[in-house]
Amino acid sequence: MAIQVRIPTILRSYTGGEKSVEGSGSTLDELFADLDGRYDGLRGRLVDDSGLRRFVNVYLNDEDVRFLGGLAAPVTDGDTVTVLPAVAGGAY
Amino acid sequence: MRYDSLLDSVGGTPLVGLPRLSPSPEVRLWAKLEDRNPTGSVKDRIAAYMVAAAEKEGRLTPGSTILEPTSGNTGISLAMVAKLRGYQLICVMPENTSAERRELLEAFGATIVFSPAAGGSNEAVRVAKEMAAANPGWVMLYQYGNEANARAHYDTTGPELLADLPEITHFVAGLGTTGTLMGTGRYLREGRPEVQIVAAEPRYGELVYGLRNLSEGFIPELYDESVLTTRFSVSSADALRRTRELLHTEGLLTGISSGCVLHAGLAMAAKAQKAGQRAEIALLIADGGWKYLSTGAYSGTLAEAEARLEGQLWA
Repeated sequence: MAIQVRIPTILRSYTGGEKSVEGSGSTLDELFADLDGRYDGLRGRLVDDSGLRRFVNVYLNDEDVRFLGGLAAPVTDGDTVTVLPAVAGGAY
Repeated sequence: MRYDSLLDSVGGTPLVGLPRLSPSPEVRLWAKLEDRNPTGSVKDRIAAYMVAAAEKEGRLTPGSTILEPTSGNTGISLAMVAKLRGYQLICVMPENTSAERRELLEAFGATIVFSPAAGGSNEAVRVAKEMAAANPGWVMLYQYGNEANARAHYDTTGPELLADLPEITHFVAGLGTTGTLMGTGRYLREGRPEVQIVAAEPRYGELVYGLRNLSEGFIPELYDESVLTTRFSVSSADALRRTRELLHTEGLLTGISSGCVLHAGLAMAAKAQKAGQRAEIALLIADGGWKYLSTGAYSGTLAEAEARLEGQLWA
């Protein structure tokens, strides 16, 4: 088993059009580094010098990783990571 | 129970246990039924508060026109309040919201201006701001930045919850304008500092998000991240599945955003269960399922319902 990572449309140019890719690592940071080895440039769209980019949301099993330690959030095999553009929604 | 008028009957909604969905007697889920408000959603609370505040400030005077970006519920609530208080209402609404919401708004006498589907609620906000700038006489209550939105929940939803569930450990609600979570969250934390405030937001399919750019995120002015303990993003498929669980397991016909809230609530319940902690988790049920029947959310297989919902704003 690996960690499944869902990629939004606008970043699929980095994954050869794949909607979902697999990676490994014990933290989100390690997972992104692992992915960058195969999908060059992907990490740079998600992370900058200060951590996760402001207008990128990353979810670990649907939970926003900013509340789980950010790039230090622990991940394990079987987890699902979802990358999304930041956006508001809801029945206003 | 007797009230002097419909507006006086806003709030005071029941909190009902969800014994079949609760993982154990130590980890319990509760549903705050906001569909029991006059127009059938939690938004009656904020509509009443925002209009009262604008009247007090002198921004609204008899015959005024109110303009508001809304994907439905706030518009319906404002339409009711506007009718009772003597105002015109213009709603800016994404074109991909359910047919019932449009019909309800028209029934209450509101005027609807449609914004393009692709931009969702953000686009409705943008269009409304343009219209407000071009028509200085109109009053935009602007639920995303109106402190009376959060205050309605600080004054009413929060105290009701703490009175009914003094041992509350978690409050879970949808994240839209953020007013429900900000107001209720602040109140609950004053009474119970350790309470966890959990946001559940809808995650739409590619038809809604596909064209978006990473730098376009819109953050409502009311939002203060420090109030939240954590935040979930829930797919349409999970929201639909949980909405059906509420209906089939507990007999609650809710809107799809409540499935989204249940999904986050169950995740927190599972964490508490795993950690061996007691939990009393209150879920805010924002509205009933009636307005969403035409979306096909409750009939056929889940896959069929999900396909029908693709590209629609369901919360």
